Parts: sequence; structure tokens; C-alpha cells
Amino acid sequence: MKARVHVMLKDGVLDPQGEAVRHALGSLGFLGVEAVRQGKVIELELSATDEAAAEVEVRAMCEKLLANTVIEKYTIEIG
Amino acid sequence: MKAAVLTFPGSNCDRDLAVAFERAGFEVARVWHKEPELPAGTDIVGVPGGFSYGDYLRCGAIAAQSPVAAAVRAFAEKGGHVLGICNGFQVLTEMGLLPGALMRNASLKFVCKPVDLRIATSDSPYTNEWAVGDVARIPVAHHDGNYTIDAEGLARLQGEDRIAFTYLDTPNGAMADIAGILSPNRRVLGMMPHPERAVDPAQGGTDGSALFRSILGAMAAA
Amino acid sequence: MPPKCSKGTEAMQEPQITTDLIAAHGLKPDEYQRILDIIGREPSFTELGIFSAMWNEHCSYKSSKKWLRTLYTEGPQVICGPGENAGVVDIGDGLAVIFKMESHNHPSYIEPHQGAGTGVGGILRDVFTMGARPIAVMDALSFGEPAHPKTAHLVKGVVEGIGGYGNAFGVPNVGGEVRFHKAYNGNCLVNAFAAGLAETDAIFYSAASGVGMPVVYLGAKTGRDGVGGATMASAEFDDTIEEKRPTVQVGDPFTEKRLLEACLELMASGAVISIQDMGAAGLTCSAVEMGDKGGLGIRLDLDRVPVREKGMTAYEMMLSESQERMLMVLKPEREAEAKAIFDKWDLDFAIVGETIPEDRFLIVHGNETKADLPLSKLSSSAPEYDRPWVETPAAAPLGEVPVIGPMAALQALIGSPNHAHKGWVWEQYDTMVMADTVRAPGLGAGVVRVHGTEKALAFTSDVTPRYVKANPYEGGKQAVAEAYRNLTAVGALPLATTDNLNFGNPEKPEIMGQLVGAIKGIGEACRALDFPIVSGNVSLYNETDGTGILPTPTIGAVGLLTSLDELIAGQPIEGDIALVIGGPGSHLGQSALLAEAFGIEGGDAPHVDLVAERKHGEFLRANRKALRAATDLSDGGLALAAFEMAEGAGLGVALDSSDIAELFGEDQARYLVACDAAGAAALEAAAKTAGVPVARVGTFGGDRVMLGLDLATLAELSKLYRSAFAAAVTYPGA
Repeated sequence: MKARVHVMLKDGVLDPQGEAVRHALGSLGFLGVEAVRQGKVIELELSATDEAAAEVEVRAMCEKLLANTVIEKYTIEIG
Repeated sequence: MKAAVLTFPGSNCDRDLAVAFERAGFEVARVWHKEPELPAGTDIVGVPGGFSYGDYLRCGAIAAQSPVAAAVRAFAEKGGHVLGICNGFQVLTEMGLLPGALMRNASLKFVCKPVDLRIATSDSPYTNEWAVGDVARIPVAHHDGNYTIDAEGLARLQGEDRIAFTYLDTPNGAMADIAGILSPNRRVLGMMPHPERAVDPAQGGTDGSALFRSILGAMAAA
Repeated sequence: MPPKCSKGTEAMQEPQITTDLIAAHGLKPDEYQRILDIIGREPSFTELGIFSAMWNEHCSYKSSKKWLRTLYTEGPQVICGPGENAGVVDIGDGLAVIFKMESHNHPSYIEPHQGAGTGVGGILRDVFTMGARPIAVMDALSFGEPAHPKTAHLVKGVVEGIGGYGNAFGVPNVGGEVRFHKAYNGNCLVNAFAAGLAETDAIFYSAASGVGMPVVYLGAKTGRDGVGGATMASAEFDDTIEEKRPTVQVGDPFTEKRLLEACLELMASGAVISIQDMGAAGLTCSAVEMGDKGGLGIRLDLDRVPVREKGMTAYEMMLSESQERMLMVLKPEREAEAKAIFDKWDLDFAIVGETIPEDRFLIVHGNETKADLPLSKLSSSAPEYDRPWVETPAAAPLGEVPVIGPMAALQALIGSPNHAHKGWVWEQYDTMVMADTVRAPGLGAGVVRVHGTEKALAFTSDVTPRYVKANPYEGGKQAVAEAYRNLTAVGALPLATTDNLNFGNPEKPEIMGQLVGAIKGIGEACRALDFPIVSGNVSLYNETDGTGILPTPTIGAVGLLTSLDELIAGQPIEGDIALVIGGPGSHLGQSALLAEAFGIEGGDAPHVDLVAERKHGEFLRANRKALRAATDLSDGGLALAAFEMAEGAGLGVALDSSDIAELFGEDQARYLVACDAAGAAALEAAAKTAGVPVARVGTFGGDRVMLGLDLATLAELSKLYRSAFAAAVTYPGA
């Protein structure tokens, strides 16, 4: 089973990389971009077969390692 | 006095930190990251700069889960002294021993140069040789030194006089120009600048020596 | 008959050898005929790949070998000259410095971040393969004109890639060069230098010894990275360049750092017989090198090679350029010990073959023989060309020089990214890790203390491509002479050099003429200055759509300070006297001033008097106690050097002359020094005795820069000098 974890900076935490991308897009002539936030996608290949159990497991991974919950939030997709 | 200097596989300032401790008069033990315990009689742990586990995922995140990190946590919880420099500071925040996080520099570029630090408190075992407002010239070398913390956390750091160093001219965009902070019991210090690179006249300056002398003095007095 | 298994199972089906396939491997018809003559049959696909890797320009030096042999490579200080992974030079007390410079030009143009980073990784491996812990790196970079649409992207990517790799690995970057010229628009140059330290009795070489010894693979797993890379690195670019992108290899400094520590531990344990890093054409070149140098054959069982991707063929494994890999021959009885060290560092480790007595390079995969070649012939019978060449015609004399005021001239120089302050670059490199950097990059040579001793080593890299183009012989001499001066100016004794020769297509007689002329000049200068070449690298075919780069023979050099007391690291202070050792400036041909102020690259290059170089260098070193600061005079002449020295110290400077040729002439064998009154008098007295021209040219101090009567404030010039580089290389979207 596959799990996909999206890690993003929490709302309100300044994202200098996203800001730089927004600036670069603007200077390339893409004028309608009001905000850019940059995050990470982490794909996991799991041997588990039970979706609910897998989600609990992946949530624990996020809390412990994959995300820094001081500044980051995460979402999990299973399957 | 005995300093334990950690080595992760990607540490690259471990020798430099060990040399600085020795120069200040400490006995130094080098501790491999797979060790589950610190050497007996450790007075202070040094978490050095470098790229502990390649700094993949986030700087310091994987190191914070290593066997030796658990030993450092237990040591700190019992009131032990821990000094984290650069990547070491990142590891200590990832471990939760210090609040906040170090984000990518505002310039998005790695920055290596000597910077001027203002001593923001002399009430710590690391800064007691200085007076508040003194300026020390110490190099930085990092890509992720942009300190950030929520408003409540910042107010707490300020209210409890736990900001150890601030930049006169920030090289990384850190919140409130923060270069180094202390734990609530003031025994854990995390700082981005490298005092071990300013302890010898051949390095171009010796302003970092005061930090190591402070520790030795504080421990001798304790 | 090809080895009978090469037709193999369907899954392993190898392509038929056709004329097109041969050409796609960069082999000329006569070269292919040579293969047929050696093996007496048609090669298998894997064998064709092996020949193409071994015989391309990058590995075989087939166009340059004849001329490289003429270089000066000896001296009492040389422990090991060219031919190994890096050169080894004695620095006394049982220690040696091991160094080399190598290009990673083409990969950096295709993917600047990874290309430059893996360039640093490759040169570091060359050094630690020999048992040395790297202590310094430098990079000499040449880019196209700043306004070219690709330039900013390349500069950003290359600098980040170098920093990203070296900073994480943990080695200080202490010098190098950055230049811009339209001739590099389609081919940037990334020349990476590394130096390490080892004990003279603990240096490791690549020659295998002993039959039946295990051949051990270690480091990162093998993927399809850079398959065909060695062939690509010697091919002229055309518009299909974008399609070549997937062959670029990706670097991992974290693995490299672990590989370093593991290799040094393993070497210290006494288990290593020989060792070779896997660079261009990875497994092929490294295995052949070990066998050839040891007079042995090698058998490799590819089923045991740690792989990262499924279904890799023998061809792909033999030609993969995956980074951070090493090949070793180990003492069989020490295998368990070796394995424990690699487990400690979490690195892959596998016995992939053995040394055999016959002269064979035998490659087995899936129980099939994929290649069976006479090993010694792969390098010894490589083609070697005496390519036709024509002498570069003498440059037309410089016509009348346009009129310009001294201050406007200085501003033209410091406002150009070629001569502006390069902090934008240096600050992205860790220049101080290892805590022994005595002199960081910026002005002149970098200096690093030999850890735990009072000694220090100085490093510099130099070349003036404009000169080499106008006059390859004098330009070659000048590159060596400037390196000699830069080491001398920090008080170091110049020890030895490494050459990284970057040229266009050697099949064109005029390009070959540049190469020949430059090598002759380099050889002559090294001999006269007792400054041997101990390692090097040649990068040819640096052309796009038929237009070659400026000939760029970069000289990397190392000097020794037996004590830090010998260091001249100081800055001038208020009231210091400026003196020039070596006579007044006069030569404006090919000068930086004409190039930057007027876009004129005319006239002959300055000629180098090697006797004067040596004499003035020895004079400076003998009188270092009289000097507060010193720098060599090169690009931009006296005026630029005086400005840089003063600005670095936060001072103004007043030069007496207002004559453009005296201020900006680039005559050689000259230094600018700063002395207090007593020092100046002592220097002048010594000069009289030694017969060396020394003259007072001005005074340091104040907050203004004066060239004759033409003046500007230090603050305004400093602002220009410190912002021009960033302004040139950062623009929206870059």
C-alpha cells in the first residue's frame, strides 16, 4: 500500500523559498500570483494491508520525524 | 572538567569543537552517534556543526532521533549542560530541548563570514565572562540559520532573559535578530555562530574564547 | 569471434555493432580498426563501450600526451608526479601535500548545480584515494558574458553546487577565480582543485599486487548515472545538448564524507593493497588502472555489484558514473575487519572480483562473459596522436590607446564583475571549517595551517586567458609566474603545481597550436622557477557550434610556510608607504583596462622574464620582515592592486603617478608592498644590494583614493566595488 504525506509550513510561518518563487514568477511576467507556499511530498511504500492502521502508523511517523510540528503541518493520503 | 563532543556521520566541526574545548582546559571525549550512553563523568555535551545525517528531510531532524540524542536528552533533563553550535543548535530544536526552529536563510543562500554578535545576557554559564551589550566577532557558516518562533514563545524568551546573543546585522533574517538562545534552566545553549572558529589568533580573532572560559569558570564555581 | 555469450538471452540482447553505433561511441574508423587488430574479432557491445571509455580524450589524453611528456615534473620535493590520482609533494617532518585540479566543464553547463558539485566530489576522491585527508579546495570558474541569458543561471547553480558539496563534506574553500568572457557563452569552465595531507609513509597507490586478491567495491550503489558521460565530456556541443541532460550524475556529499572517513580508517588498519576511485567511466577505468599498473588481469562478476536500479546491463554497469564509489584490492585475511568499518559507516561493500595472472579484463554477468579483453592493451595501445598544429601568429601591435582619465579607468575595472569584489561567491562557501584557515579567499592566495603544527600551506589558481589567446607561449609562462607570485606574496615558498588545460577542438591546427604553445610556456616557466607539475587534467573540445573558448590553462599551485611567522597576511595601516618591486608599468597590450573600458583585446601579451620572476620572488621572501602587506601585480596593474589592498584595510590610498601605462600596465615580475618608514628604508637598501628595482609609488591612508590628481572617495569606490558582482549576476528570474 502507498502512503503520501504532504508537509507544508503552517499558515503564518514565513516561507522565504515560496516568497522567492513568487518574486521570480512575477519577474517572468506571471503577474497574478498572490502567494506561493513551498512544501514537500513524501511517498511511502508500506507492507501494511489495513488502511486505518496504516494511517495511524504514518501519523506517528509524521509526529516523530517527517514533519517538524513546531513550524510544519501535514496531511496523509493512503492508497 | 570533561566535555563529550558528539560525532554524527556528517559532523564536520566535531574536531574543531574538541580542539576548542581542549584549548580552554577541558578533557574531551568523542562520542559516536550510535552510542546509547554518554561517558561517565560528562560535565558538558557539545553538539557540533556539520550536516549530521546529510541534513536530508530537515537539518538535524534525523540526528534528533539517534541513540546518542536520547542519552543527551536524559542528561539535559537531569540538569546537564549542553552546547549546540550551528547544526548542533538545529539538532537541539528538533529534539525539543530548545524552542523554535531554524529555517532557510532569508537570502536563500549559504552564508559564511565573521559577524558581530551582541551579548544579550551575561546570566548564563556560557556568557558570564561578558557584559550585556558587549560585541563579539564570531563567524557564521550556515544555510538554515533563520531562527523562528511563535509570538508567545518569543515573548517568553524575552521575558525570561533567555536570548543569549543577537546579530548586529542579521546574516539570515532571524526573528528578533536571534543568534543564540538558552533553555529555561539556562544550561542548554543553542547558537548559530561558531565560537570554536574564533579561539586562536591564527584564525583571525579570539572572541569565541570567552564562551569556553565562561563555561569552565561556571563549572569550577559550581 | 566475439565471446559466445554476448548474444545472450533475449533480456540481455545487445545491439549489433554498426558503423553508426561505432560513431556514436566517438570512435573514428581508424580507431575501430585498431580494436579489431588488437582482439582479432568484432567486439561485443559491452566491449565497444569499454574501448570507447578508455580511448576517449578524457581518459586517454590521446591528443595531448605527446606534449604533456615535455612538462617539468621533477624535483627533490616531488614524491609522486603525474600518473596517479593526484601528485604528492614532501613538506617535511614526514608529511606530504597531495593535490590535483580537474575540470567538470560539460556536466556543469548541462546541470550547473549537480555538475559543479560532482566536480568537487570527484577531485576530493582523487585526493583521499591516496590516503590524504582533504584540507582545502578552490575553484576556477569561467562564464560567458553577464548579459548572456544563460550566465546568471550558470553562476548561481555552479556556486551553489560547489558550496552545497564542499560545505557539507566539510573542507574549506580558500581561493579560486571567477571570470566572464563571451568566449565562454556556450561552454562554462569549472576547474576544481583539492589538496589533502598524508604521512609520507602512508600514501596509497592504484597498482594492484598479488594474484587471487579480492577486488572490493565500496560506497554508493550503481545506477545509470552518466552512462556515456565520458564520451559526452569529450564531445563538441551542438543544439542537441538538452537531450543529453538525463546522463548527468547526482552527487551526495553525505555519502562522500562517510566514504572518506571509512577509507581513511580502512587504510590505517593496514587492510588495503591498492585503491582507485571510480570517476569518469567508473568501474571500467578504475579496474583497468589497477590491473594495468600492477601488471595483472582483473575478473569482475557484475552480479555482485550493488545496484540502485533494476535490470541494469553489463554495458551500463561498466560505464556508469554514479558518484561516491571506490574500488580496492584488499588483503583477503583482513576482509572481516574491512567489512566492520564499512558497516560502521553504513556503506555498501561487496567483493566483485579478483586479480588474475593472465593479461585479461574479464567481465561476467548472469553467467555470461560480457567482455574478454587484453587488459594491458586497453591503456597501452590507446591511440596517440601527433595532431597537426600551427604556431599562433604574432599579435598585431597595439594601436593607439583611447584616452581615459585614471579614476574613470579604475572605476571601469572595479565596476566590472571580472575585477569587482567576489564576496558574493566566497560567502556561499564555507571558508573556515576545520578551523585552520589563516587567510580566507579574497586577495591573493589562501592559507591553511597544517593541523597541530606551526606550518601552513598556501594555495592559488591562476591564468589570464586573454594573454594565452594572443600569445600561447607567453600566456602559458604567465599563468605559472602569476601563481608563483601569489604564493610568494603571502610569504610562502612555491612548491609545485597542477595544470588544468582547457582548450577547444584539437583537431583544428590553430587550436592545437594554442595547446602546444601553452604547454611549452608552462614547461619553460616551471623549469625556470623550480616549480614542477605533479598532476593535471586536460579538457578539450570546449566548443559550441564551431566557436572555441579562450585557451584557458589553469595553474593550481601550492606553497609552503615552514612557520606562521613567515606569513605576510597583514594589511597596510594609515601612513604606510606603497612600493613596487620590479619596475614601473608600461605594457597595455591585452590589459584588463583595455578589455573592460573599451572592449579592446589587442596587442601582444606581456612577456615574462623568468629570471626576473625568480629573482624578485626570492628578494621578497628574503625581506618579508620589512613588509606589512604584499600582493602581486597582474590584471589591472598597480592601480587595481593598490585599490584592492587599501579597500580591504578600509583605507584610502594616494598613488603619485597619473600615467595610464604606469598605473594600469600589466608588466610581469612585479609586486606591490606596504611598509612603515623603517621597513621602506630597509627594503630600498636591500634592493640596492640585490640589484632589484624598488620604487616608492605612493602612500596608504585617509578616506580618498588619488591617482595623481584624480580623486574619488573610498566610500563611493567601495560601494561600486562591492556591488558590481551581484548586480551583474542577479537579475529577475535567474
